[in-house]
Amino acid sequence: MILVTLIAVLFIGGLTCWLSERINPDLPRLVALVTVLLDFALMFGLPSADINSPWVAVFEASWIPRFGISVYLAADGLSVLLLMLTAFLGVIAIGAAWDEVKERTGFFYFNLMWTLAGVVGVFTALDLFLFFFFWEVMLIPMYLIIAIWGHENKNYAAMKFFIFTQVTGMMMLVSILILAYFHYLQHGSLSFNYHDLLNVSITGEMGMWVMLGFFVSFSTKLPSMPFHSWLPDAHSQAPTAGSVILAGILLKTGAYGLIRFAVPLFPEASMNFAPIAMTLAAVSILYCAKVAFAQNDIKRLIAYTSVSHMGFVTLGIYAWNEQALQGAVMTMLAHGLSAAALFMLAGGLQHRIHTRNMPDMGGFWPRVPKMTAVAIFFSVAALGMPGLGNFIGEFLALIGAFQANVKMTVVAAFGLILASVYSLWVLQKVFQGEYNNKSFDESHLTDLSRREMVYFSAMMLGLVWMGLYPQTFLSMSEPVLAQLLSDTAQVTLTSLNGEL
Amino acid sequence: MLELIWLLPTFPLAGFLSLVLTGGKLPKKIAGPIGAGSIGLSFAVASLVATEFINSGTESFTYEAWVWMSVGGFSPGFTFYLDGLSMVMMLIITGVGFLIHLYATGYMSDDPSFARFFSYMNLFVSAMLMLVLGDNLVLLYLGWEGVGLCSYLLIGFWYTKPANGYAARKAFVVTRVGDTSMAIGLFLLFAQLGTLNIQDMLHAAEVQWSVGSGFAVAASLLLLGGAVGKSAQLPLQTWLPDAMAGPTPISALIHAATMVTAGVYLIARTHPLFQMAPAVQLLVALIGLTTLLLSGFTAMTQTDIKRILAYSTVSQIGYMFLGLGVGAWSAAIFHLMTHAFFKALLFLASGTVILSVHHEQNIFKMGGLRKALPVSFFSFLFGSLALTAFPYTSGYFSKDEILLGALELEGIGFWLWLGGVVGAFFTGIYTFRLFFIVFFGESHVEHAVEKEVGGWHMNGPLILLMILALAGGFIHVPLEAVFDHGEAHGEHHASGLVHGIMVSVPLLGIAVSYLFYMSKTFCVERLMASTLSKRLHAFWFGGWGFDTLYNSLIVSPFLFLAKVNRKDIVDGFYAMIVTASQLANGLIVKSQTGSLRWYALTIAGGLVMMVAVGAVQ
Repeated sequence: MILVTLIAVLFIGGLTCWLSERINPDLPRLVALVTVLLDFALMFGLPSADINSPWVAVFEASWIPRFGISVYLAADGLSVLLLMLTAFLGVIAIGAAWDEVKERTGFFYFNLMWTLAGVVGVFTALDLFLFFFFWEVMLIPMYLIIAIWGHENKNYAAMKFFIFTQVTGMMMLVSILILAYFHYLQHGSLSFNYHDLLNVSITGEMGMWVMLGFFVSFSTKLPSMPFHSWLPDAHSQAPTAGSVILAGILLKTGAYGLIRFAVPLFPEASMNFAPIAMTLAAVSILYCAKVAFAQNDIKRLIAYTSVSHMGFVTLGIYAWNEQALQGAVMTMLAHGLSAAALFMLAGGLQHRIHTRNMPDMGGFWPRVPKMTAVAIFFSVAALGMPGLGNFIGEFLALIGAFQANVKMTVVAAFGLILASVYSLWVLQKVFQGEYNNKSFDESHLTDLSRREMVYFSAMMLGLVWMGLYPQTFLSMSEPVLAQLLSDTAQVTLTSLNGEL
Repeated sequence: MLELIWLLPTFPLAGFLSLVLTGGKLPKKIAGPIGAGSIGLSFAVASLVATEFINSGTESFTYEAWVWMSVGGFSPGFTFYLDGLSMVMMLIITGVGFLIHLYATGYMSDDPSFARFFSYMNLFVSAMLMLVLGDNLVLLYLGWEGVGLCSYLLIGFWYTKPANGYAARKAFVVTRVGDTSMAIGLFLLFAQLGTLNIQDMLHAAEVQWSVGSGFAVAASLLLLGGAVGKSAQLPLQTWLPDAMAGPTPISALIHAATMVTAGVYLIARTHPLFQMAPAVQLLVALIGLTTLLLSGFTAMTQTDIKRILAYSTVSQIGYMFLGLGVGAWSAAIFHLMTHAFFKALLFLASGTVILSVHHEQNIFKMGGLRKALPVSFFSFLFGSLALTAFPYTSGYFSKDEILLGALELEGIGFWLWLGGVVGAFFTGIYTFRLFFIVFFGESHVEHAVEKEVGGWHMNGPLILLMILALAGGFIHVPLEAVFDHGEAHGEHHASGLVHGIMVSVPLLGIAVSYLFYMSKTFCVERLMASTLSKRLHAFWFGGWGFDTLYNSLIVSPFLFLAKVNRKDIVDGFYAMIVTASQLANGLIVKSQTGSLRWYALTIAGGLVMMVAVGAVQ
């Protein structure tokens, strides 16, 4: 029941935000904050996993029994980690929007809450039809956030985001339907239940195509080469809160989908596909790091680095062993914080000097020392400094991937060098060097406010925690991943034996 | 008592946190004592621990703070490992580090970012201690990257000058190339041996791999990649001379005494691995020899006082690599220690000189400073003697051991020894070239030197380091237990002739330097007159063209690729779909003319075509 409450609170909170604007335009942000904090608090009420089952909370109610569709929500350690990340970044996003969003505040926070509700649904739905429903729920409000509160080129960016996600979402829907149909063929009834569908076996070429439907959809969301090109536009045009949600959480739904659905549902096809996926990942890492370095628009730059870092997630997932998977999960969490923080810094700069163009910046350090310190921290985190969360993720992903695919791991490791190239370049362009105020009004170039410091500090603490004592997080996802590994190992074995 | 070892990196870390969390705003009166005091405390604890350790007579001691992460058999911890090697390293880092911190409280006293400076310095020492104390390669890697970060921050400390930022980024990126090689080495070691705990890993390697096996070669090569990056050896040596953009105490601490020797430490720490790959070990010796010779040439041509010392550092680390390569492990570490003494001394003294002559770094704009700068003069005198391996100074003993170790090697050993001796000749020349030009002859200073910059916190460390540079060779380094199984023991049996050559060659170098720069018996200008020597000079001055080579081979192509593909060609593909559908849309829209005649025509045409198709079938 608690899972339903988590989602319902956000839906209702969103509606309340919308209505409360009539009383006072500053009220919605308060309502939103209370809503997300309430959700956050509820998540701590989730019981911890016992030995018998990785699922900590389950809710099941019939919905459309005729087609085997039910409202089936369940959470395990992996979901709980991602739910916590969602609520945490939800609070941060509200903080980012606090002063930035001044128009139609009620509708803005409504969209924000509904996106989060969709995300919570995606992370908990175990009925694939319901999953697809939430997948759409999180898309449309996000589209509106970009289209209404975005920057100069917002319509183009919002439309691009919508079409990319929608087209690939349709592919996933087709795959889901085929899967349900195969369940009908093999077991005599339609079902969209995750556990039922795990027992469906689609082999050969068909399995590959159905799997690809999921893969394309998830890797567009992630995003990975060659489906990444919506992201730089979406990020550069979205309001800061939108970027925080997008980079911090929405991208992670793609990775979650790969871990939860794409691989376990099609272990054989995924195993055959793994070399290609890992190659795409390595290419993604290097190519997007290189394109990032060339950008002048600071938000586009960070967006490309996001794609690059997500490559480590794909690499880890398709290596499909314990270290690699833990690495992928840790990268999701750590990158959620670091990318969100970097986008907030970029958004903060844009809010202050009304430009995202780096050649117009330079030498800001003496004027904004706190912001510089924070920027150094998160850049250094992003380039994989040991002691901070991102390192744990990328190192585990690579050390695991090396056991599965030496060549692609070595190629991907070069991303570590490129990450240092672009990260330090940004610091140089914006904060170091001679002070450059030729092209903007410097009167608003003020250092971080106390409120900003509070949420940056929270994110820094999170990354230090993940970097020095990652076991807190690793222990939560460990039973889940172990279960997935053993399940797929059996399926892979039987299918191989069947062929023999 | 040994458990106190966890305090070693903790004090500097606490210093860093207290300086950073106060926003770098602590006044100098407080920031100075925190910055230097935290290292002093560390040194005190290190001395206690070391005494206890030696008295206990044990070979090693392990202290686990907590398990870092545990993922399916991969479980590195925050675990400190103390043996003879890490003990020597921690004493050098905290001891010499403390003296340099103390000196810096004076040197940096006019800098507005005083607290920020010490916060980076403290973080550096903390990371460096993690590097040498870590019992597993992941913790070592944490220290390894941590010192790299601090090096970056400190080289670019005066960030308003773009050149400093460039030097800082260059240092970070070039060493990261090596770091990545090392990281891949770690992946390989874990995949093959199942652990990254150093002692367990070495043991497993000895059990599973045979001498000369492919895995041993690959793993040691990859680790060597990390070592040459950090220790500025060929082919990744190019960052160190530029790193001199940082404040001088940094050059002494990071780019002479501690961080740049991390590569030497890494190889010594994992030496059984290198013993199993004799070809790679020989490569280490060859890299060392080549580097020490090349940078010796370059040092002779430099005019910037700090760059001369920087190339000399590269060259001396070359000697350490040579020592490692010939299996003279203790000798390499011994030289690491004596080099820390005399090179820290030389850098700090050069700091005093630079401040005293109003931030002039060109040695040809100094001259005759002997009387005006007495402390610097004696510092340079003793430091230079130790650097050139003048008999019974600290450098003499350590360099001697390395060269004798080389000579003992069969086959190529003689040539390695000969190369090292030639290098010692160059060392004599470039060291005393600097010494004579700066302290003797006519004065070329533009602004008269009022008085030598100093005070007890600057001169105290110089005096202590002078003593160490002179007498440090008599310190016994207790490394027998660490390298016991890997080193030929007993006295070196070298003939009187060999000894005579090794003593006299550096003196010969000094003499040549004297004849050129002191008595002017020989004229440098005449030597430089021919075009060939001019070209050669320019080539050496530019560090054998490595920067140019890397710029045209790597940097420029990368920048070009980045520039041409700024718009991301993949996005172009999707843009094409959009354009294509817009075109198609345009065509179809054109057919919607609203003209009845046009519609009738198309209907008729369609009918005719359908009938025709039907008829054909």
